[in-house]
Amino acid sequence: MDFWNYLEYAAWAASAVFGLLIIADWIKTDTTYSEEVLTSSREGELEAMTEQHKL
Amino acid sequence: MADTADTTKKVGLLRVLGPAHVWALGVGIVLVGEYMGWNFGVGKGGAYAALVSCWFAGVLYTCVAMIDSEVTSTVAAAGGQYTQAKHIVGPLMAFNVGLYLVFAYTMLEAANAWTVGFLVQTVGGLAGHEGTINDDPFIVLTIMFLAWLNYRGVLATLTFNLVITAFAFAAIILLFLMTGPFGEVGLLQHTELMSGQAALPYGWLGILAAMHFGLWYYLGIEGTTQAAEEVRSPARSLPFGTLAGIMTLVIAATLTWYVSVGLMPWEYLGTAGTPLFDAARLSGSPLLVWLLGIGTLFATLASANGCINDASRAWFSMGRDRYLPSWFGAVHPTYRTPYRAIVFLIPIACLFALKLPLDQIITFSILSGLLGYTFMPLNMIMFRKKWPMGSIKRGYEHPFHPLPSIVLLSLCAITFFAVFLGYGTQLVAMIAFYIVASLWFHFWRYRFVNRASQFTMPWPRPKGY
Repeated sequence: MDFWNYLEYAAWAASAVFGLLIIADWIKTDTTYSEEVLTSSREGELEAMTEQHKL
Repeated sequence: MADTADTTKKVGLLRVLGPAHVWALGVGIVLVGEYMGWNFGVGKGGAYAALVSCWFAGVLYTCVAMIDSEVTSTVAAAGGQYTQAKHIVGPLMAFNVGLYLVFAYTMLEAANAWTVGFLVQTVGGLAGHEGTINDDPFIVLTIMFLAWLNYRGVLATLTFNLVITAFAFAAIILLFLMTGPFGEVGLLQHTELMSGQAALPYGWLGILAAMHFGLWYYLGIEGTTQAAEEVRSPARSLPFGTLAGIMTLVIAATLTWYVSVGLMPWEYLGTAGTPLFDAARLSGSPLLVWLLGIGTLFATLASANGCINDASRAWFSMGRDRYLPSWFGAVHPTYRTPYRAIVFLIPIACLFALKLPLDQIITFSILSGLLGYTFMPLNMIMFRKKWPMGSIKRGYEHPFHPLPSIVLLSLCAITFFAVFLGYGTQLVAMIAFYIVASLWFHFWRYRFVNRASQFTMPWPRPKGY
């Protein structure tokens, strides 16, 4: 085992962390908001919504 | 499941990007082609053949950039060429163009992730590691990290692209300056390396064979159109970012060719895995070795990052229009990104990168791109015919119409012929796939499309309708 072997394990671990972060937020989002809200985007309707958005 | 206060809320993508982000998206996807790949054209026909293919493809992509700038600055919605096709040609063309985009970008993303794994293996070997480093974890990490970044928001994603793309471009400029005008006299040996038999080792046939690889210098610049729904001022930012991008790439491609063929014999350059990094090592400057080494990694990451951005926007747009299940048309209420499209494409990119041979991935990516370029001139001619100048407001009007469309169509025909000579089986397989997909769309999927809300632009009826 040398530095590069440890780096391989670190890369697997970091990949798993990013994957879990995505999946956790995905589940949280899909269970918090209704499907109507999540798929409410319509082409050409953007300008008005941008004005109202708050981060 | 949902709180009642949300049921009246609407969410959509955010207009937060500027022209620099558009530049970073377009150039970021492409610049990796300067760091590797283009040089296989040198192996096919020598240094002069690679220069002819570089400028030939430069003309092709300048036409692409001009045409895209005009149409996208007018049809300013996510989906890019897919949305253009939907408004100008029709649903079946739009479905096909959407698939071209998703396949071209997802396969390119996979190829980039594979390249990151290869770079880690190379650095490990140079650092004295004995045995083989497993590249799988680095391939998966590249895809997961960039997908997470894209998931979290477009502004951070493309600002990241801007920084690493600018670094990679600056490294090429420095390589030129430190080996050419301000370098050691006699370092570049064009006369010795490009005369006699080395000038055109396979004659004019070699030039034709090298054409395919000229695309590497610019492949993906048309991806700027995918930012159309997220730029603050589409009519200004998209043409500005796209045209600045193609100028950057023509300069970077020419300098890359000039330095590389002046340092390496064509027989070696034509098979090199990382030609610019090799050029830096031959320069004898440790600074250049570091800069070009980091530049290679940054260019690869920028390309994969831009590809995730573009593939997800195309997939999202098709879902939003119900060309695909509407589930894919969801927008994250906080980050304002097409999060389901981003997540859905992660395993597909991993599968391509881990299970398919690199040359097949790249060939299918280029072929999908080429089909897209063939659509563009036809789309442009129909656009000007249906909505002549003065009938609608355009953000940018490209000059000399229909000359760029005719040039682009002719160059696409020549490139198809060149690709057929080298990759005939893949070309036929690709076209067969799109024919089967078209039949599925026509006979099954189209019944689900919300036809009444397809056309969203506030334009008058097209001429003749």
